[in-house]
Amino acid sequence: MGIENGLSQTFEITGNDFSKAGSISTTVKEILQEIGIDSSVIRRAAIASYEAEMNVVMYADKGQLILTVTPEKFTISVEDEGQGIENIELAMQEGYSTATEEMREMGFGAGMGLPNIKKNSDEFEIASIPGKGTSLKMTFNLDTKKEK
Amino acid sequence: MKLKAIIEKLNLKVLTAQEKLDKEVTGGYTSDLLSDVIANSKEGDLWITLQTHQNIIAVAKLKDLAGIVIVSNREPDEDTQKKAQEESVPLMISGERAFEISGKLYGLIGS
Repeated sequence: MGIENGLSQTFEITGNDFSKAGSISTTVKEILQEIGIDSSVIRRAAIASYEAEMNVVMYADKGQLILTVTPEKFTISVEDEGQGIENIELAMQEGYSTATEEMREMGFGAGMGLPNIKKNSDEFEIASIPGKGTSLKMTFNLDTKKEK
Repeated sequence: MKLKAIIEKLNLKVLTAQEKLDKEVTGGYTSDLLSDVIANSKEGDLWITLQTHQNIIAVAKLKDLAGIVIVSNREPDEDTQKKAQEESVPLMISGERAFEISGKLYGLIGS
């Protein structure tokens, strides 16, 4: 797969559909592997992508994940329509979660999602409108010297 | 150590992905929090958990884990077994608790 001109692919995420949850992140990982991206970068991207995908499944009605690859970097953008986040600062705190009892029993809602995304991406942007939705943008540099 | 050898020594019952038992197990990770496993497990780890729902398969697949051991004789959901088979993720069950299985695995491969 040539990425000289860049590559962009969009995936639809369905809210509350736990049966397919994680499948988009698996596909993203496979695409990145096919392109030949360094495995340490893929490892970080897989963690961030999975957490972002799960957030849409758990908290939104629907969403999109867009993977864009250029020779210098790749971005994973996730935009959803859903309840949004009231207090982003609080949501970014490790251990803070609004997950339901049912989600917690499944092993979700540890309050590690957004902190994990931030930790594993080189750049991270988040914006949210309560009642409307949330958008995340994660950037991963392909210049290994700049790697975290 | 190969997964096959560990299965024998720990007396695990294999439910899926019989073709993947030649895989090398390089470590173990014991946790029931999916975010913790996603963030902190390593490729080649055998994951020990009491979670039985289908989302554990995507986690194992994404992290290239060697397999999943479900403890305390808990039966994985039908969806979980189906997905594990589709994704070629070895799913095993043990009658022992997480503490015992983790301790025994550490005894076999821990450094």
